[in-house]
Amino acid sequence: MLMDTSDMICDTYPGEMIGREYMENLYGEDMDRVLHSVVKLKNAVIGNNKQKFHMMSLGVVGRLLEFIQNERAAVGLRTESAIVLGSLAKGSQANVKRLVDSGVVPILLQCLNNSNLKFVEGCLRCLRSIFTSQAAPVELLYTDPGVVPHMLDIVSQSPTTQECICSILAQCCKTSEHQGLLYSNGVIESLAPLLASKMYKVQMPALRVFCVITYTNQIVSSAVASATVSERPLPDLLVELCLRDKSVEMQMSSAKCLTYMCRANALSSQDSKIVYKALPTLIRMCKKDRRLEERVEGAETLAYLIEVDLELQRIASYSDHLIPTLSEFLRYPSTQTTVMDLKRLDYDMKHSYELRAAALMAFASLGANDEDIRKKIIETENLMDHVVCGLSDPVIRVRLAAVRCLHSLSRSVQQLRTSFQDHAVWKPLMKLLQNADDDMLTVASSTLCNLLLEFSPSKEPMLESGAVDLLCDLTKRDDPALRLNGIWALMNMAFQAEQKVKSQILVALGTDQLFKLLSDPDVNVLMKTLGLLRNLLSNKPHIDHIMGMHGQQIMQAIVLILEGEHTIEVKEQTLCILANISDGTTAKDFIMANDDVLKKITNYMIHANVRLQIAATFCISNLVWNEEEGALERQMKLRDMGVQKLLQQLLSSSDTVLFDKVKTALQQFT
Amino acid sequence: MTGLTSGIVRQQQKAKMADSGDSSAAERNNSASETADERLKRIYSMVNEKETPLPRSWSPKDKYNFIGLSQNNLRVHYKGIGKNHKDAASVRATHPIPSSCGIYYFEVKIVSKGRDGYMGIGLSAQGVNMNRLPGWDKHSYGYHGDDGHSFCSSGTGQPYGPTFTTGDVVGCCVNLIDNTCFYTKNGHNLGIAFTDLPHNLYPTVGLQTPGEIVDANFGQQPFVYDIEDYMREWHQKTRVTIESFPVPDHKGEWQKTLQRMVSTYLVHHGYCSTAEAFAKSTGQSFTEELTSMKNRQRIQKLVLAGRMGEAIDTTQSLYPGLLERNPNLLFVLKCRQFVEMVNGTDSEVRGLSARSPKSRNSSGSSTGSEYRSSPSLSPSHHRMDTQRANGKIERTYVTGNKSPNTGELINTKSNPSTSANQDHASVAEMNAVNSVTNGFSSNQVDVEMEVEEYNSQMVCNGVSSRVNDGASTSYMNGCSHNSQHREDLMETDDFDTDKEVQSQRRQLCGGSQAAIEKMLQFGRELQGMSVQLRRQYGKNEANKKVLQVKLPLTDTPVYYKCHSLGGSYRA
Repeated sequence: MLMDTSDMICDTYPGEMIGREYMENLYGEDMDRVLHSVVKLKNAVIGNNKQKFHMMSLGVVGRLLEFIQNERAAVGLRTESAIVLGSLAKGSQANVKRLVDSGVVPILLQCLNNSNLKFVEGCLRCLRSIFTSQAAPVELLYTDPGVVPHMLDIVSQSPTTQECICSILAQCCKTSEHQGLLYSNGVIESLAPLLASKMYKVQMPALRVFCVITYTNQIVSSAVASATVSERPLPDLLVELCLRDKSVEMQMSSAKCLTYMCRANALSSQDSKIVYKALPTLIRMCKKDRRLEERVEGAETLAYLIEVDLELQRIASYSDHLIPTLSEFLRYPSTQTTVMDLKRLDYDMKHSYELRAAALMAFASLGANDEDIRKKIIETENLMDHVVCGLSDPVIRVRLAAVRCLHSLSRSVQQLRTSFQDHAVWKPLMKLLQNADDDMLTVASSTLCNLLLEFSPSKEPMLESGAVDLLCDLTKRDDPALRLNGIWALMNMAFQAEQKVKSQILVALGTDQLFKLLSDPDVNVLMKTLGLLRNLLSNKPHIDHIMGMHGQQIMQAIVLILEGEHTIEVKEQTLCILANISDGTTAKDFIMANDDVLKKITNYMIHANVRLQIAATFCISNLVWNEEEGALERQMKLRDMGVQKLLQQLLSSSDTVLFDKVKTALQQFT
Repeated sequence: MTGLTSGIVRQQQKAKMADSGDSSAAERNNSASETADERLKRIYSMVNEKETPLPRSWSPKDKYNFIGLSQNNLRVHYKGIGKNHKDAASVRATHPIPSSCGIYYFEVKIVSKGRDGYMGIGLSAQGVNMNRLPGWDKHSYGYHGDDGHSFCSSGTGQPYGPTFTTGDVVGCCVNLIDNTCFYTKNGHNLGIAFTDLPHNLYPTVGLQTPGEIVDANFGQQPFVYDIEDYMREWHQKTRVTIESFPVPDHKGEWQKTLQRMVSTYLVHHGYCSTAEAFAKSTGQSFTEELTSMKNRQRIQKLVLAGRMGEAIDTTQSLYPGLLERNPNLLFVLKCRQFVEMVNGTDSEVRGLSARSPKSRNSSGSSTGSEYRSSPSLSPSHHRMDTQRANGKIERTYVTGNKSPNTGELINTKSNPSTSANQDHASVAEMNAVNSVTNGFSSNQVDVEMEVEEYNSQMVCNGVSSRVNDGASTSYMNGCSHNSQHREDLMETDDFDTDKEVQSQRRQLCGGSQAAIEKMLQFGRELQGMSVQLRRQYGKNEANKKVLQVKLPLTDTPVYYKCHSLGGSYRA
């Protein structure tokens, strides 16, 4: 028996012995000894993950929580207990998860109401460790609505409360509801003074909070823009944090905050804080001497900042060799680096796709509006190759970024005709479209629209590789953006196309789908569908051919639209279709035989909107065109309907375009 | 005229925007109340204007006839006919940029682009032809408004930035820490335009067509670009480098470290007696034997005398295997040998009657005084220091002191350069010689102390970015042999200056036909060696650079072209 015990002692891990002793002592009666052993426990677990795990396995957390919750316990004991928990929370992710599972968070949040500052600080440190971990239980912060206001109340008490509370809030503001909640509880007034703190570790988390609350939030951004710290505007303070002798992290975060405020329209994009501070800072962050993470973050933020502003795009395009610098991102890791250091290689590989995605996004923004910049981007060595490669990258983010980039570049007529053709970009693009998610499809099909423009040499091969079916499928999607792109691309495709292509489109789309699109709730889709019809119904032979096959249905649809509640643009487009139909030979009968439609046309001739008057007059003019067969009969019928008189009245119009059209129409009458 | 005014108004607005952008900086600058002197003093706080005055205006003496100056010599206008590029005209500032600036910046506002807007803004050394735009000639650098190209001592530009015209403000920043230059346009940094810049350049502008008017701001007015923010970053960088500099010793042994630094420096440069005395008084020991030091000095002497063949032979006999292990070093030495062959100094082509190479020793006369104040840790001084130090060694030989000792310092200081060759080409040439020597001896110390490590570094130089490390390491003089080596390789740029000037002054290879053939043969072998090195160790930018300077020489017709081109350089 005795032997057994000693064996056991020898076999056991020495820590376990200590652990058990601790546990026993924690349950002792003598409070001084308990406190003493908590302190010993604190020293035992510090910096020792194994020990932390071990102690937690023994159930130390539960006991510590008891102390913390015990209002009657000495505050010293409660504080020490909180500190031990904080130490445990600094361990591995698994440790944090166990703490959260043990219900530590709500208890500690509750304890923040205590009046003892040391105790509160202990709790906050532990909470900070938990909330800044990867498995942060964000929602727990918002379960009790009193927590956030209380935190903001006590934030100014000490540097520790400042640091911890800012860190927690920066991590836990994930949605616009969170932003709104923080804002309505006065986060700006509470934290703004901390930006001017002398302590870096207070300044930095406070700055991070300002980043997260301003992101895509116009109300908060405007409030931040007009806030002041000891009579200085807060944005000026941000500029100061952006100075080049500040830490890289701080420069980046303040540039980011300014960026978010700019994109939320709280700062003008012409503001010198943006043009001379945020922009150059972000460009600098992309440079070679920065760490990979910083380069990625810099390029992504830059892409966001300049996305919609031409002037910023222009400045960025010639600032500090940005375009060559970004193109280096695409070549990372360079083949020249030796594969000696495996750890380094792993790091490189992990970041290489992030670098690629970030660079492509930045190029997408840079080339969004200006032809010269696009040219500069495309002329960068091997860049198009990288973009095309990016389209079939294994990582989806890179593919998406590559498509975005391609989309920007495809806005250039010249590029469509030259480099896009040289690199046969349509091939990987079509492949990408085959089984892509909606995000990808939206951008990819927008690009496709451009590639299908009539002057684009890609048009032919794309037709041959089944673009029509693909686009027709898109028009059946739930997402209006996809439907729009699908029909838009078809419209582009039909423009001045051969009879064969037009028939192909009609067959693939089917008249049912076409008419379904004509009643689409999205007005843009409707407009492009009408555009498609208009493009299909051009050239006399095509008009007659198509009307011969689908005349009845088309006329029905037109009547429906003319009778419906639609915008002027839609009606105008519809009248133009009628005008096209009336330009046909046999197709004219569809209108002449339909008194209802004729009446509608004449009504539009006296419509209040001159554009509709013009379209209707144009239609009439086509019908009475005297060089064509049967013109006399049509003229007679229309004269009987009083059209000629109507035209004569319209001669008094002050609109010159309408006047010309009317005059032309009248000249046709014999 | 309205275009002109609106341009100016636009510019003022831009400048205003820049001001209000950084209100904190504005507060510090206190731009309203600060006088020009105060501002310059604050920006360039390390410059002693009694010794090295700052450029404050354009020089009415150092300009081409077609340039007119007004408004306290700050406004430049073109008054020639401006028919073609032969009518280009430049003006330099009154003083060169003091090296102690660390970072120097000036701005030029385009008041009017005149007829064609052929304006160049940049830098040039003293004596560079003023009948040209900056950038077209050797030791001249410019950014041109008409095409936005940068010109680096060449008639053909490189695509660099946007074009600039009436109303724009173009800035030029010289970073004397890493010897680069970047431009700004309307307050936006356009990125580095030039690297490996020499010191003592003058701010320069050039104009070429009638009506062109530009105003300079040498710091009298607040700048459009936030140059102080840039300086701040470099101050911070330098501070961090110093703070994070690894000290191998334990606490409290700083003195020992510093003493060792001095000691290794003395040993490195072969000051036997001084090193001995220093070691004695500080209780240090040094590992290298005196004979070894003397041997190294012998080789150094040969190199300095331009007798490269002998230097290589001596090295091979005294330190067998050294050059075999360091093929890149051998390559650099041979390149130098080739240059010496061309000018007829090297023993391979030198007849017995050839003049003594000693006569070539010359130096800028200011060197002595500057050396006195130089032992500073500030990175901005470093390059100068190394070169000055080299200059000193060389002069040691001129004055005939066979064994260097501490007395030399005083000796050189009071010893004005007596040589007749005062043109700066010979200074450059001498620097080049020095650099090779420098690299040479430094390598040797390396080999003796840490052969393995150095070997690997050499290979590294071939493939990694170590050579381009920049200023962060380069000033750790005496501790980092690697960085020194880097500089040496860069210095070889100066070789072609040599070549041109020498080929004018002297006969090719001392005039002997056989020697010329030998030289050409040698050149081909050199090329072969480069190809082999590249195959073995991958690309080495530095080697390539060294060779590029010489390659045309292996082709005789091209060489003669070089020869005639040299004419334009002499002003």
